[in-house]
This record gives sequence, C-alpha cells and structure tokens, in this order.
Amino acid sequence: MSALTVRDLRVERGGRAVVQRVSFEARPGELLALMGASGSGKTSVLRAIAGLEPVAAGSIDTGGLRLGPGPLPRGAALRSLHERVGMVFQFHNLFAHLTAVHNVWLAPVHVRGDARDAAERTARRLLDELGVGARAGARPHELSGGEAQRVAIARALAMDPPVLLLDEPTASLDPERRAELARTVRTLVSGGRTVVAATHDADFVRGCADRVLLLEEGLVASESGRAGPGE
Amino acid sequence: MRTPPLLAVIVCGVLTAAVAAQDTTVLRFGGDAEGGAPFMEADPNDPSRVVGFEVDIAALLAAGLGRTPRFVQVGFSSLDPAVARGDFDIGLSGIEDNAGRRARLAVTVPYYEFREVLTVRRADAGRFRSLADLRGRRVATLGATLAAEILERARQEHGIEPVIYEDDVHPYTDLAVSRVDAVLLDAVLAERGVRRNPALANQSTDIGIGHYVGILAARDATLRDRVDALLRDAMRNGRLQAIFTQWGMWNEDQPRLYARVLAEESAGPGGPDGPPLQTAEPEAASAATVRYLPALFRAALITLALSCVSMALAVMSGMLIAIGRVYGGGLLRGALTAWVELVRGTPLLLQLFVLYFGLEAFVQLPALAAAVLGLGLNYGAYESEIYRGALQAVPPGQLEAARTLGFTNWQALRLVRGPQAFKFALAPMTNDFVALLKDSSLVSMITVVELTKQTQILAANIGSWFLPGLVCAAMYLAMSLPLSRLARRLERRWGAGIHA
Repeated sequence: MSALTVRDLRVERGGRAVVQRVSFEARPGELLALMGASGSGKTSVLRAIAGLEPVAAGSIDTGGLRLGPGPLPRGAALRSLHERVGMVFQFHNLFAHLTAVHNVWLAPVHVRGDARDAAERTARRLLDELGVGARAGARPHELSGGEAQRVAIARALAMDPPVLLLDEPTASLDPERRAELARTVRTLVSGGRTVVAATHDADFVRGCADRVLLLEEGLVASESGRAGPGE
Repeated sequence: MRTPPLLAVIVCGVLTAAVAAQDTTVLRFGGDAEGGAPFMEADPNDPSRVVGFEVDIAALLAAGLGRTPRFVQVGFSSLDPAVARGDFDIGLSGIEDNAGRRARLAVTVPYYEFREVLTVRRADAGRFRSLADLRGRRVATLGATLAAEILERARQEHGIEPVIYEDDVHPYTDLAVSRVDAVLLDAVLAERGVRRNPALANQSTDIGIGHYVGILAARDATLRDRVDALLRDAMRNGRLQAIFTQWGMWNEDQPRLYARVLAEESAGPGGPDGPPLQTAEPEAASAATVRYLPALFRAALITLALSCVSMALAVMSGMLIAIGRVYGGGLLRGALTAWVELVRGTPLLLQLFVLYFGLEAFVQLPALAAAVLGLGLNYGAYESEIYRGALQAVPPGQLEAARTLGFTNWQALRLVRGPQAFKFALAPMTNDFVALLKDSSLVSMITVVELTKQTQILAANIGSWFLPGLVCAAMYLAMSLPLSRLARRLERRWGAGIHA
C-alpha cells in the first residue's frame, strides 16, 4: 500500500507550469529521491504535497486524504494533512525567537494538545537521538547549519508524520555531516516512515535512496532504482 | 530655484520688523483678536482690520502720541512675555491688573472696572448662587485671570474643581451642555456668554472686582507715563466714556474708578509711584515655583497617566489595524488604509478639537476621555504602520514552517509571528511613547491641565518662563529618560539573533 500517491500533478507559478504530469508513489519504509537541476520543479513538488502550493491539475493522495485542484487546504483539511505529512525546509525556517527544544515542542502542545511536560520530554529525546541534545537551550542563530538541520528534522518528527519531506537536506552540510545525515535518514526509513527528499546530491542519493525520480523542466525525465522494501 | 527669493522675503521681513521696532511714528498695540467683541475682533466688513473698544483706546493713545496705531496679533496667554521682549509697544486686550504684572512690567492706570460674575444654567439659578454652593462641582474659567485665582482659592475653601479654558467662548457652550456647572469670568464676558446661550443666567453675587490695564515693557516707563497722562485726559474729557458707551459697556462703576484714578494718581496695587520694578522678581519666581510644586507634580501624574492609558489604546488599535491590513480582505484593507491616512494626514490638535468640541452636539465626551481617545487613536494609526512593517519583517519561511506543522493562521500569529514582530516594533514603539508623552501637552487645549499647561499657568503668574521651564523640562526628562533606557535594555535582551 502506498503512503503517498501523486497523479499527473501540475503546479503553476505566475500562470506558468513549473511542474507538469508528475506521477509517482512512495511506500512506507521507502526513501524516494527527487533529483534534478535547480529550477527543475523538485521543490515545487514537495511544496504542493505539503499544502504550500495549490494543485493546478492532478491529485495528491496521502493516507486517504486527497488534494486536488483548488485553493490551498485550510482548517480541518490542513490539520489532517499535517498529521500525515511533515516537511523540513532547505533553510530550516526555525522559529527565531524560540530555543531549539521550544521549536520542537511548540506544535505538539498547541496543535495536537499534548501536555507541555510530556511534549518537552519527547522533544529532548528527539534532539538526543539526532545528536543535538546538548544544544536544546540554544537559539536558532546560535546553531551551526548542521545543528539547525537536525533541530528542524526533530521539529517535523515531533508531530510523528508517516510522510517526511526533506528539501535539499544536505545543502548546508559538510561531507562528514552529510554521511551522518544519511545514517539518520536511513534510521527513519527503516522505522517504517516514508521519506521524499528533493536533492541534487548524488552521493546522498547513492548512499540511502531506494528510488530516484529525475525531473527536468517540471517533467519526469526518468525513474530508476531498486524495488522498495517489502518486495 | 526657490530658495533665494524665499530667503530674501525672510530677510526683508526681519529687517522690516527690526525697523518697525524702532519706528517712533507707529504705536504697535498687541492683543488677541480671538478674544472677540467687545474687546477686539476682525471687522466683519474687512477681516484684515480689527475693531473693538481696545482698538478705539489704541487709536486714542496713538493720536495723543502723534503716532499711527498698528495691531500686532499675540495669543492672550503670551501677551506679557511678548511685550517684555519688545514684540509691540503696549498690550491692550482685556488685560487684568495684578501685583505680578506690576512687578514685572510697566502697567498703565486702570481704565475699566469689572466685576467677576458667576454664570450658571437657568435651571440651577436657584441652587448655585455663590461659589460655596458649588462644592465638588466643576467651574470653568479662562487661564491666568483673576477669576482663575479666585477659583484656585475656592478649590481649597469650598472644594470646587476649577476647569481652565484657553478661550472665553467654550466655557459657556460647555456650561450649556452640562460639561461644567458654572463659569466665573468678568462681567463683559459673562454678558456676552449669556447673550449667546439663552439657557444660561448670570448671578448677581459679589465675587470680586478687577481692572483692565495696558501693559508695557518695564524699560518703557517713560512711554507708560505719557500713556497714563493721555488716559487721565480721556477720563476727564469724556472720550473714554464715549468709547465704552459705544460698545455698551458704560456703567456706574466707571465714574467712581475714574474719580479714584484722577484723585490718587496711583490707583491699584503698586502704581506708577510704587516700589522699583523687577527687584523682587528672582525670589518671587523661586518662591512661586516652590508653591506650585505640588500642583506641578499632580499635573505630571496626569501627564503620565494620560500617556500610559493613551498608549495602551494606541497599541491595541494599532495592532488591530495592522492585523486587519496584513490578513484582511481587500475591502477591510482599503478602509483601514483610508483611516490611517486620514489620521496621519490631519493635525492631532484638530482631531482633539473635533472630538471634544466638534462632536458636542452628538456626544459630550468628558475632557479626559476625549484626550485619551484623541491621543490613542492618533498614535494608533502610527503604531499600526510600525506593527504592519514588523509583521511583514518576520521571514515568510517561518510562517510556512508553522503551516506545515498544522498551526492555524491565528496560532501562527500568536505564537510565531506576533512575538517576533513585537520585538521588532519595540524600539520604535518606545520612541513613540516618549513622543506621545510630550504631545500630551496638546490636550491642554481641551481643558485638561497637564504638566505643560500647569507650567504655563505658573509662568503666566510669575511672568517668566525660565524657572518654570527648567522644572517642567526636568519633570518630562524624569519621565522619558527611564523609558528610553528601558527600551534600550529590552532591545538588547530581546533583539539578539531575531533576524537569524
């Protein structure tokens, strides 16, 4: 069963198609890499899945919730979308006024209604697991690129979404950190999560992607890779 | 280029003024045409001229001195310092004789005697006969007058609440609409007030007697003596009587005054042969300032409280406007933009007048409420621009992150965007608070006696702005400096890394 199904997706910006006729599926425990040059449309695909870009045509199905053409999801639809999909941005977009751990527990407390103590414990555990437990009290501007990246992953994981979207996850990392991130992502995938990563880092893709979708000018140019786990 | 001609005009103006100052063919008489008839007002047939009994007296004096009269418009409360500075030769504007003036200026013999008259609403004529009947009530008058002094004493003796106006028209209109319960002013003004407001009545109780005099700079004692001689002549030959009869002001008090002036040659306190001028001033000023200190502190508290409440209103209305302009639909955004432009594009003073006097027919706001509303809404428009900029300065990426975490717009505003915007806005906001603290002095125009107004009253009483100005400035600084320091501290503490 697929965790994420994208069918004939079209995304427009300023009346121009930046993504067209893109279709793919991603299963639980699978890491799908979207590759392509800058401007090939891979980030737009992620943003459409995350409900940040309107779908101009086609559909996106995440665990039974379907996004089709029309305005951006709001209210209950938005909330149930984000129970299924989490996103880590290329530039992290951490909340600048909050500490790392506060960034992580904010959504569980205010969106899901978790108790503050429990949410903070979970947040600290996630930061520990990602190797940035010691930086829990730091503000975003005090974190290195790699640390901010992992705090952003922890923030997305705190909502426990079955599908995790990573936009250029290795862009701000040195080679050593890239390898570390690859291990972290593999751990997430082996735990049954679906990860879709937009990247042009071939090493990262070789190291941990199950399948690769190559985009060129908004279209799928090729699809390659081994069969997904469980097959 | 327009600068040279403009500069030339200014230079010419300054030179002309300097020449006029030394011109002994002209008698420059200062007055406030806003005082209106019968004192002086713009001629209905030729608004560039003034008419009134003071204008006639000036003409009489100018003729006697062999000069041409020329009118100089000066606000009523600035007449004393203006004549001392040499802005005009003689002040004639219903100016009351008092010891303070005699100590600082060369004062003419009195040429008109008036009684202070208590005016009430006709319905209250039976119960408010004297100041003693007005315990706990608001009684209006004009600032820096004998009536104001009488009311200040009555505050202690009878527990009345004096309300000080900048003009002599609004005390009566406000009495008619029950904003105050009585007005105490001289008979000339009281007669006019009742003529214009049929619902009012003048009481006949004796409350006080005063005199109108002309004022000259202390150094012009020689000119003053010549003016006195001319006034005495006019008392003898009936020309003053003719002027006051023409303006409907002649009564039986005047012949008695003239008889005294002509008999004594030194009517009123001090008089031409009184003690040498100005020697007592420095001590009198400091003593008076000390005597006024409690009133100044009270006024400073009013300034502070008024500023705090107004700022709270400004912050709230500013936030709502900013949120409406950032999140609202086209119609709301358009309406809010129009409101902000309207408020920012018109003077605060005008807004205060409209709120307090302009809306009188529909809603009678108490002065303090009008002051808070005026200051709060005016500053709210400016605050809204700061907040709008601050909201838009929060990186949109963080709002997208909030969205992908499932926050509603309201939650994202409350938890992510608002707190950061608040920190961006903090420094300009504190600046605005300091500005508001100072702008709050404008509300004295709608009868609120705050720090600047109280200082003005003190300065008018002692005839000098020097010491009162220093004390007032020190009080404003004592209020604004801690605010500026607090702002800098908060900025340092909260501002760090917010743009990261």
